Parts: sequence; structure tokens; C-alpha cells
Amino acid sequence: MLLAIDSSAGASAAVTDGETVLAHRRTDATTTHAEVLAPAVREVLIEAGIRGAELDGVVVGVGPGPFTGLRVGLVLAHSLAEAWDLPLHGIGSLESLARRAARHGLTGEFLVTADARRREVHWARCRAAAGAAELLDGPHVGPAPDPAARGLGDLPAVGRGVSLYPEDLAPAPGLPEDAARWTADAAELGQLAAAGAVLRDPLPLYLRESDAVAPTARKAVS
Amino acid sequence: MTPAATEETSGAAGAPEAPLVLGIETSCDETGVGIVRGTELLANAVSSSMEEHVRFGGVIPEIAARAHLEAFLPTLRRALTAAGVELDDVDAVAVTAGPGLAGALMVGVSAAKGLALAAEKPLYGVNHLVAHVGVGLLVGQDSADGAGGDEAAAALPPRTGALLVSGGHTEILRVGSLTDDVELLGATIDDAAGEAYDKVARLLGLGYPGGPAIDRAAADGDPAAFRFPRALTMPKFVGTAEEPGKHRHDWSFSGLKTAVARAVEQFEAAGREVPTADIAASFQEAVVDVLTAKAVRAATEHELTTLLLGGGVAANRRLRELLAQRCAAAGLELRIPPVSLCTDNGAMVAALGAQLVAAGVAPSALDIGADSSQAVERISV
Repeated sequence: MLLAIDSSAGASAAVTDGETVLAHRRTDATTTHAEVLAPAVREVLIEAGIRGAELDGVVVGVGPGPFTGLRVGLVLAHSLAEAWDLPLHGIGSLESLARRAARHGLTGEFLVTADARRREVHWARCRAAAGAAELLDGPHVGPAPDPAARGLGDLPAVGRGVSLYPEDLAPAPGLPEDAARWTADAAELGQLAAAGAVLRDPLPLYLRESDAVAPTARKAVS
Repeated sequence: MTPAATEETSGAAGAPEAPLVLGIETSCDETGVGIVRGTELLANAVSSSMEEHVRFGGVIPEIAARAHLEAFLPTLRRALTAAGVELDDVDAVAVTAGPGLAGALMVGVSAAKGLALAAEKPLYGVNHLVAHVGVGLLVGQDSADGAGGDEAAAALPPRTGALLVSGGHTEILRVGSLTDDVELLGATIDDAAGEAYDKVARLLGLGYPGGPAIDRAAADGDPAAFRFPRALTMPKFVGTAEEPGKHRHDWSFSGLKTAVARAVEQFEAAGREVPTADIAASFQEAVVDVLTAKAVRAATEHELTTLLLGGGVAANRRLRELLAQRCAAAGLELRIPPVSLCTDNGAMVAALGAQLVAAGVAPSALDIGADSSQAVERISV
């Protein structure tokens, strides 16, 4: 049994047992992670009827995603796993979308996307077969036409990037209409971890350096 | 317990007298985890990202927040080991909820929630500024500074003021009670004093952080070589004790910084060597003069008897010297905690948390956020 947390886009928390989701909380709000995530964890534990220390581990989405929200989820997971003395695993947040697309019957190569703000997307190239997906390349950050520039322009795409940049990213056929707005979810990260997904260190995938620029010549005041 | 009996006891009924509290501080560039038992300091682990900010000449909030996430668990482990306690032993987890850098605060707040939730402990989101005053209570303080210990007490003296001076803060507070009576008497209306030090150090090419760099350069300079402005000291701002002006107890340092820049540029335009030591000494004198004069006036006019100095600039040699002189002249007792407790740290957060627990103040909810501009009157959230 796992506690999973993701804060790469909205905020979500879930207790999962293999494929079964025992309890789940989620918000699409992108600016309330610091407030809502810890209460959500408490609620899913109560609903699943398990004490934290009895879990088998904690799984946390490592992004990519907006930095502040991402850190809130990661440090919460660090704290919980430390206090419960449980193993902590990171997992790429975009893999949640890849799994969802495969579960909806998508096959072959496709792109998973998320809003990276600043008119850019986070994206990765995946391949789905028989209800499961694997990551082939990424995640990357870049302008929405970035995949096309890399010769991937014909690949169907899922995730927030599709609704934000429809001129650059084509929706994958045969999926629900809202696939163009999908964002990562903790429940799927828990399921992926149980199914033997590739685990990462529980550290943020920022993909971008800090914006700070060292000052050069000073401005004159007189 | 009958209702009558409840009324007779204080709100602290059932609260441990000397609670074991873990405190977390991440409001700026220091990741701090401290542990206290009542007023006894057990651990004060601090990890600073200052080195990463040097090339920028000031704290970059996003870099500070990245560093907090990386440093949190190692700092927590160091603190627990130093104190020789387990997380399960603590009575409460306290954390700086504000004021401070929003993205940096959120790392600490989220971390504290995780510990409180996992270990089933009450959570206290506390005020950073009041926490700076709370360290005045601690005993068994770090002896590395060669100070502290003997000044500790179970409670603050009844008429205590606090002058907090750092890269982010310049405030004078009246502290009637750490748990329910704190009042802001005055503050900077623009730059913090430490920020002015950083900016002036940068334009003098002295490096970062500016406080120690300017203090070193000033040692060889003439503090009277330049007459830099003491802002908000004109009668229209100050008024009288009976009819105080709008900024009687406030400071402003942005004009001072500009005045220093003009002086430097005049030398450069004339092709003359910039008298760095004299400028540094004169700048420092201007800051320290107006800081101490206004702090002592605010304290005496509010009939305070003790003044506690806190914040990173408390390490400044000239500030300590002139403040001690002016407090003595005004009959104010001056208390300066060891430098390791003046700069941002988790022990001060734990110390305030312990006071709140002992006073029976209700813990914070698990859905609190970070409040980057938290008012000083809001001691816990």
C-alpha cells in the first residue's frame, strides 16, 4: 500500500494498493498546494483506514512543473517518509498522463505535455501498447513547436499543452475530449510505482535554471 | 473539571511547563531546525545558501527556495541528533509562517506540516519577527560566540522592546508578552538596513554580504568624512512626543544608498580614486546613528526598560558599540543574544513555539498557508 503525492500542476494525494485506489483527493487549482496538500494526505489516510507508518512507501511526482508548487509536494513527501521511516520514491509526473492515454486505448508513439508557463510546455515522447506506456525521450521543456522542430510534429499529443497550443500540438484521436487538458495525478503515480515503473530520486525535475542574472555594470544615479 | 474550575485556571491547563518543541525556519536564505525544551536550547542546526547568492550581491528567492528543499532533511537529522531526541518525543512542531519570501516560507511550512501530520503533533505557524525576540529566553545557548547563558530567564522583562535589523527587516517592537502582546512601534518604509549595506557594498566593490565587508572597510575610514543623510529625522516627520509625526519611529534607507552612489560617481567622474574606507565609515555611521537614535527614543517614549537586539546586523561592531552607549545613557538595559541566535535560525522558532504551547494557545490548522507580509501582531496563525 502506497501514499502518492503529486504537485506538478494541480495538487493530488492518494492511497493505492496495486491497481486499486483506496482514497483520493485532487484539486486543479495551481496556487493552493501549500494549504491543501497536507490536509488531503490526512484525509486519504483516514478514508483508506491506514496509519502512515503501516504503508509500504511514499511515492512523489518529481515534475516537471512550476517550481514553488513542486517543492511543496516534494518537501511534504520528504517529511512524511522521514517521520514514518518509509522508503520514498520519485516518479516523473508526465508518466501519469502516458498511463492514462494507454489505458484509454491509445497505441503507438505520442507526446505527453504539461503547461510550463512562459509560452512553453513540458513534454516527453512515449509509446503505448496493450494498455501500458513507456517513456522514450524526455521530459524536456521548450516552446510548443519544439517537438515539431525535432521531427515529432506528426505525433498525437495529450495533456494541457494541447489545449493551450492547438496550432502546434495535435490531439490524440480516440481519447476523451478532456485529454487536451489532462494533468498529472497522484493515484496513477501510485499505480505506476506498484507496477514496477522506473523510479527516480525524490528530487525536483526543474529542467530550467533559476532566472537570476548576476549584475554587471551598475546604473548611474546622477 | 467543572466550568468554574476551568475559569480559574489559565488557558495553559494541561500544557507542559517546559514543552519539547522542534522549530523550522525557512523565511530567507537560512534553513534552520532548532529544538528547545521550554527555555533550554538543545539544538540549533542551520544550513545557509549564502554562498550561492554571493555572485548576485543579494538573496535570490528562487535559489534560496531550491536550497531549502535540498537542505531540509539533513538539517532536521542534525538537529535531532544534536538534541538526542526522536521526533516522537516532541510536544509540538513550530514553523515560521511569515513574514518572509513566499516561496521559501512554503518549503518550511509544508515540511512542518509533514512532520506534524506524520508524528501526530500539534503544529504552530509562528511569526518570524516575534521569534527573533523569543531567543532572548534561551539558556544553554551556543557557546561558540562566547556569550549567552547567563542572561536567560523564564520570561522576558515586563517592559521589553526589540530592535530587529537584518537584510530583510528593520523594526522596533514593544513586547508585553511573547504570546499575546506585541506591537510594532516603527519600521523601515523602504529598504531594510542590511539591504542598504549589501547595496552599498556592491557599489563600493566590497562584495557580499555587505555588513561585514563594510564594517571591515570602515575600520580604516573617517566616519565624519562625508555627511550622509539621516532620513525621516526632520521635524515634519518626527513631531513631538505629545504629537508624534507620521514617521517618528520609522526609518528610510533608500535615499542614503542613492547619496552614497552619487558620492562615488562624483569621484569617478572627476577621475579621482574613490575613498572607499571613508565612504564606508561615513555610510555606516549614518545607518547606525539613525537606527540607534530612533530605537532608543521609541523605547524611552514607550517607557520600556529593556531593549533586545536581533537580526543579522546585530553582529555589526559599530551598531553594538553605539547602541550600548545610547542605551546606557537612556537607562535602558541592552541584551544582545549570541550572533548564532541573532541570525535566522530554527531555535528561535522553537523557543516561541514553546511559549505558545505553555500558554495554552491553540495550535494552527493543517491548512495554514505562508503569509509573506504577516503583521507582527499576528504571533501565530
